[in-house]
Amino acid sequence: MTESGAEQGQARRTEPVGLAVHAATGLRQVVPALLAAGFVLRDEGRWLLALIPLAFALLSLTLGLAWLQWRRLTYRVGAEDIRVESGVLSRAARSVPYERIQDVSLEQGLLARLFGLVEVRFETGAGGQDELKLAFLREEEGERLREVVRAQKDGPGAPAGETEGETEGRAEGEIEGRPPIFAMGPRRIVLFGLFEFSLAVVAVVAGLAQQFDFLLPFDLWDFDAWEERLAGPGAWLSGLGQTAQVVGGTLAVATFIALGVATGVIRTVLRDWGFVLERTNKGFRRRRGLLTRTDVVMPAHRVQALTFRTGVIRRRFGWHGLKFVSLAQDAGAASHDVAPFARWGELAPIARAAGFAMPAEDLDWHRASGRYRLDSALLAGGLAGAIALAVFVALSLNGLASPLFALVPLAAGAILAAWQWFLWRFERHAIDDRWLYARRGWLAPRTDVASRVKLHSVEVVAGPIARRRGYATLRLGLAGGSLEIPGLAHGRAWALRGAIAESICARDFSRLA
Amino acid sequence: MDDREELTALHPNHVKVLRIAAALTALPFVIGSLVLEVADLLPRGAFAVPVLLVAGFLIVRVPLRRHAARGYAMGEDRLRVVRGILFRSDTVVPFGRVQHIDVDQGPLERAYGLATLTLHTAGNHNASVALPGLAEEDARAMRETIRARIRRDTM
Repeated sequence: MTESGAEQGQARRTEPVGLAVHAATGLRQVVPALLAAGFVLRDEGRWLLALIPLAFALLSLTLGLAWLQWRRLTYRVGAEDIRVESGVLSRAARSVPYERIQDVSLEQGLLARLFGLVEVRFETGAGGQDELKLAFLREEEGERLREVVRAQKDGPGAPAGETEGETEGRAEGEIEGRPPIFAMGPRRIVLFGLFEFSLAVVAVVAGLAQQFDFLLPFDLWDFDAWEERLAGPGAWLSGLGQTAQVVGGTLAVATFIALGVATGVIRTVLRDWGFVLERTNKGFRRRRGLLTRTDVVMPAHRVQALTFRTGVIRRRFGWHGLKFVSLAQDAGAASHDVAPFARWGELAPIARAAGFAMPAEDLDWHRASGRYRLDSALLAGGLAGAIALAVFVALSLNGLASPLFALVPLAAGAILAAWQWFLWRFERHAIDDRWLYARRGWLAPRTDVASRVKLHSVEVVAGPIARRRGYATLRLGLAGGSLEIPGLAHGRAWALRGAIAESICARDFSRLA
Repeated sequence: MDDREELTALHPNHVKVLRIAAALTALPFVIGSLVLEVADLLPRGAFAVPVLLVAGFLIVRVPLRRHAARGYAMGEDRLRVVRGILFRSDTVVPFGRVQHIDVDQGPLERAYGLATLTLHTAGNHNASVALPGLAEEDARAMRETIRARIRRDTM
């Protein structure tokens, strides 16, 4: 490595205490193996004794490896980039220029928190394994790195973005005193957890219960046994005979529902405890997590689009969620949760702070083409009708069950066709001179607001039916997300494409502040 | 379709490349059908005739239609790519959003002096828009034009 400039910064190592955390993590991988070995050798006393030195050997090996890796990893904070050199046998040197860093996120696991350490991740949009990561640094050092990156990026010559006008001219120190623009208290988080009821978890638990029911002291699915069990303390139930079986079944279902709710609450509390979103000078800062605390900074000008989401039930109670779509990754997901569970009114200031407009009611909303909905309904109905006919014929021929069962697919088809009518009523889109709005879905609608200049390509697609019937799908290239509006009337699709292409061309990518 | 600027057709050799590619795909099926034919399992021609008909259609007719369906238009500040027989798609990539540009040549394309121009954008959808069947010098010229355009914008 040749030092290109005087300002290459000094090579530093990560925090030595971090070795303890690494070792503990390594231990977690070794312990199951040792336990398994112990279980296999449980009857052979002599061999069991041999496990103890083996455990020590493994432990010192992991520690030694971690130490070697720690010795060989250095990072420099340079004038233009951050460089990391690492590797014991093969060396790797990586340089990440400040302009390419989307944001710096700090993450603290439980152990790291005890030691006051953080894992620092530099998000470049490369995603997943390719991201530059420093584990572990002191909390202050993490903060310092973040400040350095931010100062470098927004330093002299940083383009003044449309989104930044609001905060320009404010003093640095003012950030700290400002109240967060969104926060969730314990009650809100638990309430959120109740809505996060996970059917998937219930399914998995039910599946496990069936797979591993031999581990349970009783048979979950044996309703007769439930009857006996109830006959003890609830002897009055036994008089009810058959009813007790129903009660038993209900109890099993109730257990699963309770499990689903509990899982939802626990997961939500673990993830979102102490949720705070603040507006800083150049962007947003979000902190959350009970055991693993994360601290993410998102530059406002990197926000590509807003996504408003809600659920079938929570919508009835007036709860909505807001996400930022950006190139950076957030815990594996492509967009950042900025307000997962909020009132509509609470979302407006967040959207405004990001420089985006809210999808207001008084926009010039348009529906998808009626022909598109009609065709979709006919397609769904026709398919279901064909299935119903097949079922009817099959059942009439072999007489296994009443041919009337063919009504089931027929009803499903009718529902699907009716669904299209609701979609026609509720799905809509609008465009104004800066934003493109699109709402999808009926019971749990999702609304996207994309900035017209921040799109990357526009495509009009039409299949054979669509072309004959005069409608098309508009697909937009959005960094970090997908956005498409199906079933637009022909003229509308081309008009939208022309307008959006014009606004994209009006500004170059490098000027997208 | 609307937006009717004149589309530029792809190079005529593109049809030949498509035909050879189709022939290579069809070859195993044709051989298979001939083997079954020799085995005398069904009346004469039950395998070979339909397979040969389909193969002939795929080799002779489809490449022509695909070629006719494809086209592009180089604008001042954007490239428009049209493709698809059944599912028509019409994509606009503004030069200002191009991250990098590839010019690729497969062995077949090289034999016929063709190249594929691929524009990469940062969008998740349409992250790369490929335009095959350009004459090699055209593809390189287009790359230079687009690159010059990007550089001028950035400066």
